[in-house]
Amino acid sequence: MSFFRYFALFAVLASTSSFADESLTIAVASNFQVTAKEIAAEFTAVTQIPTRISAGSTGKLYAQIINGAPFDVFLSADAARPKLLEENGLAVKGSRVTYATGALILWSADSELENQDCLAALKSGSYRWLAIANPLTAPYGSAAKEFLEAVGVFEKIESRIVYGENISQTLQFVVTGNATLGLIALSQVKGGLPVDASCSWNVPSTMHTAIEQQAVLLASSDNADAARRFMTFLQSAQVTTLLERRGYTVPE
Amino acid sequence: MSTVELNHSIQKGDFHLQVDTEIPATGVTGVFGESGSGKTTLLRCIAGLERSEDGFSQPVHQRRIGYVFQEPQLFAHLSVRKNIEFGMRRNPDATDQTDEVAGLLEVSHLLDRSTNDLSGGEAQRVSIARVLCQSPRLILMDEPLSALDERRRNEVLPYLDRLHAEWSVPIIYVSHNIDEICRLSDHLIVLDKGRVVAEGDLQTMLARIDLPQLGGRNAGAVLNVTQSRYDSEFDLTLFGFSGGEIWVPGQHHASSTRLRIRASDISLSRTPAESSTILNILPATIEATEPETSSAELVRLSLGDDCLVARITRRSLRRLELKVGDKVYAQIKSVTVRR
Amino acid sequence: MMDFGPLWLSAQLASVTTAILILLGAPLAWWLSQTRSRMQPVVQAIVAMPIVLPPTVLGFYLLIVLGPNGAIGSWWVKLTGDTLTFSFTGLVIASCIYSLPFAVQPMQNAFESLSKKNLEAAWTLGASKLDAFFSVAVPLSVRGFISAIVLAFAHTLGEFGVVLMVGGNIPGETRVVSIAIYDHVETLNYAAAHQLSLALIAFAFVTLFSMFLINRRWQSR
Repeated sequence: MSFFRYFALFAVLASTSSFADESLTIAVASNFQVTAKEIAAEFTAVTQIPTRISAGSTGKLYAQIINGAPFDVFLSADAARPKLLEENGLAVKGSRVTYATGALILWSADSELENQDCLAALKSGSYRWLAIANPLTAPYGSAAKEFLEAVGVFEKIESRIVYGENISQTLQFVVTGNATLGLIALSQVKGGLPVDASCSWNVPSTMHTAIEQQAVLLASSDNADAARRFMTFLQSAQVTTLLERRGYTVPE
Repeated sequence: MSTVELNHSIQKGDFHLQVDTEIPATGVTGVFGESGSGKTTLLRCIAGLERSEDGFSQPVHQRRIGYVFQEPQLFAHLSVRKNIEFGMRRNPDATDQTDEVAGLLEVSHLLDRSTNDLSGGEAQRVSIARVLCQSPRLILMDEPLSALDERRRNEVLPYLDRLHAEWSVPIIYVSHNIDEICRLSDHLIVLDKGRVVAEGDLQTMLARIDLPQLGGRNAGAVLNVTQSRYDSEFDLTLFGFSGGEIWVPGQHHASSTRLRIRASDISLSRTPAESSTILNILPATIEATEPETSSAELVRLSLGDDCLVARITRRSLRRLELKVGDKVYAQIKSVTVRR
Repeated sequence: MMDFGPLWLSAQLASVTTAILILLGAPLAWWLSQTRSRMQPVVQAIVAMPIVLPPTVLGFYLLIVLGPNGAIGSWWVKLTGDTLTFSFTGLVIASCIYSLPFAVQPMQNAFESLSKKNLEAAWTLGASKLDAFFSVAVPLSVRGFISAIVLAFAHTLGEFGVVLMVGGNIPGETRVVSIAIYDHVETLNYAAAHQLSLALIAFAFVTLFSMFLINRRWQSR
């Protein structure tokens, strides 16, 4: 390549990294993406600090982080991954907080369940598929399984369960009618769905382990000040109102 | 005598083929014309490979018409033998003539070879063998020699002669090469721009001097002759016909054959030359004359029941005051013998 | 002990899909290579679409169409009483669409490189179009068929996005090896992920190598 091309490439790279110095990169679990964008927008409005959101499955993001991905903050869908990062020294000690607690809802769009008792329908087992998130990979999934065991129907209907890779896919299965019933996130319903529910039932949070979504500040961040400000903002009253509106609860 | 009807009409872009004629149901019918005159298109219509406007809609594979292409079109995944048997296997009426046909075309020693190991001439002979074995009721040959070089062409020609002599299926032979036509055909169709310009018995057609397609370098008649004797001292063969006798260099074994004499190889004189090196000087009568170019004139001569065509300058025509009915002498410089 | 069930399932899926694609794809590839219809470029573009569409997009639309409310899925439920999605049959259908161009294009290319006159010669020798297809076109296109088999098989073996959408991750039915590896990574079970990946790579290599070896032997007959 000619000298000018080398120079141009250098200039582009240099300017890109200098841009990165200013804005905050936030890794967000996919199911929280929409809400995270709202929060980030309000943060920027208040602090003038620009943000960039990188969304993905929690497992994928975790793998990227332990392999040196340049994120500043990590908003996970669970508590396990942030805890691991803290133990491995990849997250700043003491920065781990629960930023939202999720809630489960039993939900159907199937017209045959119009105005029926959703919970009774679940227990009857007279449907082809019930969709839940994969208990191994998604906290909503393990909570759903715990709930099913708590009401004593898990073994009965186990063969009817179809597992979504994540809570979003679980929703897809239900909304497209492939699963008659699903255990999805309340935040998904509050966020607005393309079809109306035929029946629904809020799962009491006492029936399963809390779906704690935790955030950490990453040790490798070269934007620690801005990141800390974001973490604080995440727990502010302004964000609490936003989260509650979206179907999450916030720890005291 | 029974005939084969040829009725084909097709439009291809700017080109329109319109043929409505009959040909004899035996022997070889040559189709002659320059490139683009529709010769190949006609053959393809007869075979059903082109959608003719008012022709049959009978599918190609049911017509039992053999087709020899310019390039051999052998099936690369089959041996020579399996190629030859291909058509035969698909014709319940065909008997196994593989060995006989392979013998006729002298490809017997090639039967177990792969088609990749054949020379151009051998491959074309195999493709002809393949067509013969399918027992077609008509054989179409689309310039089968034009893809071969001179040597290979001369190698294959004798087999076509043999075919003509020994196989009774009618053949339509397309070529833009008048020598091939003269050697192999009995009947001739001349095509120009998709139309039949003239057709008839070969000898009669070649004696015509009014067809531009048969003029120029193509001009010249053929004679069907029988051998009288061979002169071993001077290595000359004497052939006789209704109008006289002609010496031809070399020893020729056929008792009857065909001679081709180009118009440019005949000159005329009113008196027989006495001390000339020209071997063949024959008395003839002028039957017709036709201007050919600004300097040349074609003359049809009758010798006995046969005809020859000569080209002379118009100046000579005028100077010698040659006219129809005059008795002259035809001085023949060169003769081509079939075989 | 390592669970190789998903690998076996993937192998089955790839085999069944490849077999169907060759049987149904060959006539399609033949039509595409021979026809002069105006629909040819349209059909050709449609066949190539699965290359362009992201697998998750393809999977999403299949989820709808093959689901119990969809055009095809509802008919299936009526016929069998079971859903097409979350079943092996559903995966086969999805895989056939996903890998369609990988099977059709090599066969089409092979057919297109056949000499038209060679086929005409076969017709004049008494072979019907179907006969000519089997006795001349197919033997001369073996390379294309082998290519099609290899590509369709490999492509289906590695399928992820589409299966993710319509499979439902049901062990023994739709939990193919790519999903299983993905799950191992998600649950931080990296050791299992490594093992299963290595098994997949070894299997794929042996299969592909064998096919190419067969191709080579066929060439030098």
